[in-house]
Amino acid sequence: MKVAFTLNGTATVWRGLPVTRLAAALRDDLGLTGTKVGCDAGDCGACTVLLDDRQVCACLVAMGQVEGRTVETVENLERSDGGLARLQEAFLAHGAAQCGICTPGMLMAAEDLLRRTRQPGRAEIEEALGGVLCRCTGYGKIIEAVLAASQQPMVRLSPPAGAAVGARMVRVDGHAKVTGRDLFGADAVPDDALWIRVVRSPHARARFELGDLGALRHRLAAVLTAADVPFNGFGIYPDIKDQPVLAAGIVRYRGEAVLALVGDRATVLSIGDDEVPIRWTPEAPVMGIDAATAAGASLVQADKPRNLLLDGGVRRGDVATAFAGCAAIVEGLFETAFVEHAYIEPEAGWARRVGDRIEIHVTTQTPYMDRDEIANVMRLSPDSVRIVPTACGGGFGGKLDLSVQPLVALAAWRLKRPVACVYTRPESMAATTKRHPARIAAKFGCDAAGKLVACDVRATFDTGAYASWGPTVANRVPVHAMGPYAVPHVRTWGEAFFTNGPPAGAFRGFGVPQAAIAHEAMMDALADRLDIDRLEFRHRNALRAGDTTATGQVLAHSAGLAQCLDALRPHWRRAHDEVAAFNAASGARRRGVGIGCMWYGIGNTSMSNPSRIRIGLSPSGELTLYNGAVDIGQGSNTILTQIAADALGLPAGQFVLVAGDTDRTADAGKTSASRQTFVSGKAAERAGHDLRRQILRLANAGSDATLSLEGTRITVRDGAEVRTIDLAATGPLTAEGTFDPPTTALDADGQGVPYATYAFAAQIATVEVDLELGTVKVLRIVAAHDVGRAINPTLVEGQIEGGIAQGLGLALMEEFLPERTENLHDYLIPTVGDVPEIDCILIEDAEPLGPSGAKGVGEPGLVPTAPAILGAVHHATGVRAMRVPLLPHRLHEAIVAAKGKRA
Amino acid sequence: MGAYLRPRRLEEALLALDRPHVVLAGGTDFYPARVGRAIEEDVLDIGALAALRGISAVAGGWRLGATTTWSELVEADLPPLFDGLKQAAREVGGRQIQNVGTLAGNLCNASPAADGVPCLLALDAEVEVASRTGARRLALGQFITGPRRTALKPGELVVALHVPRPAHPTRSAFLKLGARRYLVISIAMAAATVEIADDRIAAARVAVGACSAVAQRLPALEAALAGARVDRSLADRVDPAHFTPLAPIDDVRGSASYRSDAVLVLLRRLLTSIAS
Repeated sequence: MKVAFTLNGTATVWRGLPVTRLAAALRDDLGLTGTKVGCDAGDCGACTVLLDDRQVCACLVAMGQVEGRTVETVENLERSDGGLARLQEAFLAHGAAQCGICTPGMLMAAEDLLRRTRQPGRAEIEEALGGVLCRCTGYGKIIEAVLAASQQPMVRLSPPAGAAVGARMVRVDGHAKVTGRDLFGADAVPDDALWIRVVRSPHARARFELGDLGALRHRLAAVLTAADVPFNGFGIYPDIKDQPVLAAGIVRYRGEAVLALVGDRATVLSIGDDEVPIRWTPEAPVMGIDAATAAGASLVQADKPRNLLLDGGVRRGDVATAFAGCAAIVEGLFETAFVEHAYIEPEAGWARRVGDRIEIHVTTQTPYMDRDEIANVMRLSPDSVRIVPTACGGGFGGKLDLSVQPLVALAAWRLKRPVACVYTRPESMAATTKRHPARIAAKFGCDAAGKLVACDVRATFDTGAYASWGPTVANRVPVHAMGPYAVPHVRTWGEAFFTNGPPAGAFRGFGVPQAAIAHEAMMDALADRLDIDRLEFRHRNALRAGDTTATGQVLAHSAGLAQCLDALRPHWRRAHDEVAAFNAASGARRRGVGIGCMWYGIGNTSMSNPSRIRIGLSPSGELTLYNGAVDIGQGSNTILTQIAADALGLPAGQFVLVAGDTDRTADAGKTSASRQTFVSGKAAERAGHDLRRQILRLANAGSDATLSLEGTRITVRDGAEVRTIDLAATGPLTAEGTFDPPTTALDADGQGVPYATYAFAAQIATVEVDLELGTVKVLRIVAAHDVGRAINPTLVEGQIEGGIAQGLGLALMEEFLPERTENLHDYLIPTVGDVPEIDCILIEDAEPLGPSGAKGVGEPGLVPTAPAILGAVHHATGVRAMRVPLLPHRLHEAIVAAKGKRA
Repeated sequence: MGAYLRPRRLEEALLALDRPHVVLAGGTDFYPARVGRAIEEDVLDIGALAALRGISAVAGGWRLGATTTWSELVEADLPPLFDGLKQAAREVGGRQIQNVGTLAGNLCNASPAADGVPCLLALDAEVEVASRTGARRLALGQFITGPRRTALKPGELVVALHVPRPAHPTRSAFLKLGARRYLVISIAMAAATVEIADDRIAAARVAVGACSAVAQRLPALEAALAGARVDRSLADRVDPAHFTPLAPIDDVRGSASYRSDAVLVLLRRLLTSIAS
């Protein structure tokens, strides 16, 4: 069928099946990949376009319905002179785009509003943007940007030489994100690519036999099975390659990959699972910690006795004796659920064979681990594998594990054709890793003066069917489980058990957010017991520089929790006053205020995690940052450029970026553990210093000289002396910096130096609880974070605000249940109407090891939020949440039960 | 590949329904049910049928065309009788959904949590259905026969909804309970329409959604409200004994007992808002 319509002001004729989604036609046939697809179900709004001047989800519109109508996409926003529209400029200036995958949809929804309402208020903006989900920003900066778009245009800040660090510089990759030009995993698949559809297990646990695949193979280019995988096991740890690329006769979770159908796209989509001959023999699954640890429980993995993946802990002092002398002791048992990353970009990528090498273009957080893992699976040398990261539409830990990579690589290798795979939303949710469900038994004691004396915390995790990052969680949590406090007598224990749940892996915080729910509830309970203000109780016990941690590490510098609490104190008092005034006129709604604190070790736990960054200056004068650290939206491309620029002494705006590509950059490790600013940032600083030294040497200039770069010439001004270097004559300059944070192994009692530095933070939440319905509205968050140094305050705030939104989800609404919540309407993440206004207070207690004193902030934003919200709910209602998410029915039940107890 | 028909005239559409077709209007339920697979069904797109569009005042009430979108409803000039339905319209998904999703689609999809159904029940709406052999009208309560089931017979198409004009001045309201602010499937919801004569309720129609397989009117509560003075005491008339038509279940959104408690709260608040 032929469809004639007006697309971005141009008469357009499209030919195809009329039932084709508008989103697919735009992306696949009309070359407009600025419109993103996050769910194909109208749940996320990423594909929002204007149809006859109204916002619609392009995934819900049939091409047959577009005849004669007008469609506008993000590509139509730029001005006719090529400049950005005011709205786009505002998004850039306010840091409203992080990963950028929701940005086109947000922009179009906002455009719809601004065409109808010239100066909208916050409430109107929330209504207009309510249909677009963002998982990165926490929405605050998006609202600011839309508010600002109706004001005077912003002047874009381009810091001069030496002034990049600390500047609110616009992100270097921002222009591509606000114009829809950024290319994500599904955006640049070659036209001649074959496609993969993965056939997955509908059972949590089953044995299976494959029938005759001949008929399918006849229709397809290939049907890949376990037998086609040279080494059929992958996993994060070198000694735990327990997850098959394609299951071999047994599946251990619902959603596990069994077969890969490879063919032209229409054909693989047209083959239903019922046409695939698999004879299933379902078995009773082991679901949850109790089932996994029951006497005689069946084993999830035959060679893992007791279903135990790993355990270990930290011991310091004499806990039993110390508890005996405590003036107050509190205990609690806390439970959390599987949580889904819900990045708006599902897993996607494609591969092609280039001679005897395989090249994979994929959305990932960790190109070098991907490279080595693919080499291992395919039995190739790492040199034979090239990973080219695409823009990454959100990761949060979920794109640290392999997804499409081995499948597209195996198929492309074998078929010698490009092969692509894009997960559907339900597939992404069923098949990929989750946050570990935790059961945390906590006991804390303090003396009569409110000084903590002892704690005993046991954290038990459901690690799902495969190890993934389970060991990382089980190792990190015991170090953090006493909270950011000086506790002389400590026993903590972490243990992870296999179940037939989805593999639990890395998710922003590696188990620490779960542990924080427990230790912060204990702080509140002790403070209440002794009638000490909850903030002051924490202040009294806060770890400070000079203190010794439970692992025996002396914190020499940069332990800014007390400063965070000092900064929060006036907000805390005001919030109490406001809450008391509101509650005095009490009705069915009561308000409360709560506080949460955290600390977070930056980088890997007691493991080497080096970064190497290079800078090149070509004979033609091109200054290039070769950056192997993947920017998944958090801003490392910009942060590293700012750091390198000041270290070198040239303006950040002169850098060109080469990012992620394993053929063109050095290994800067994975984007996880809040490590890129601290570790790769330090490497970038050293690379900048290295290049500066080389230039100064060529110019025979002193260390105070200033540099400028124009064309092929570097001008070096050293006092009154001015020297010029002609790069065309000197040839290319290359510089390099590396950094590996100094840590030591932990001994059997967990003693040692697990991290080189720690971030600290405290947040206050004010909530309103509907006592009759059990609903919680978070009214305000004030977040104080010790970040060492804010390299780019806008990006730092973006991390904090986005983390808070995820912490809010963890506390109040997010619970992944296999089969039941495998979409974005049954699995709820916060919308623009759920995240309150957030005040960020940045504390800069410099870390001498870090670049310009900086630490990390990627994960810390999330950690204190749920404790603060839950503390506020307790303050309002007297109900302590022992299980999250605190869904309305759970809170209601607890309120009713508490009332019954009082009666 | 299936057929795709987009007729302009109702007769053509009804003729097409001689053979089974999946009916496509706003697409907001059609496409989500077809994620990641080829669409091979025969499709009848009713979006170009002029006869199914628009809202008009007619003798005895109002006619709401089957493919009226939620946004069109919100923007239509309608009396307070429709305030509740307009409130519900703003709770259906986000703006994107409201701009294309249709009233009749919400009924035909027959979700227990359909946001439009309680209000339309409280409006005493009728569903006009056409086929090649003629037309018929059903009360909405008869039209939706179960979860994901309607009384539509093969060859039939919903053409319009009809809302009768009440005998007295009327107020209406809607309340929805969900676990987040936007884009949320209801845990429970309640809608009420009350006709007022001499400061007393002349007639009341109250319906509750997401607490039974199909949204239900609460006749006992309606009877209890009849004759009541329209003031804050209205809320006191709600009694759990009125909830016998409801049969809430446990699901991912809430427990059955929570739903029962929530309905009581929602109805009291709804009546309080109507009285104020």
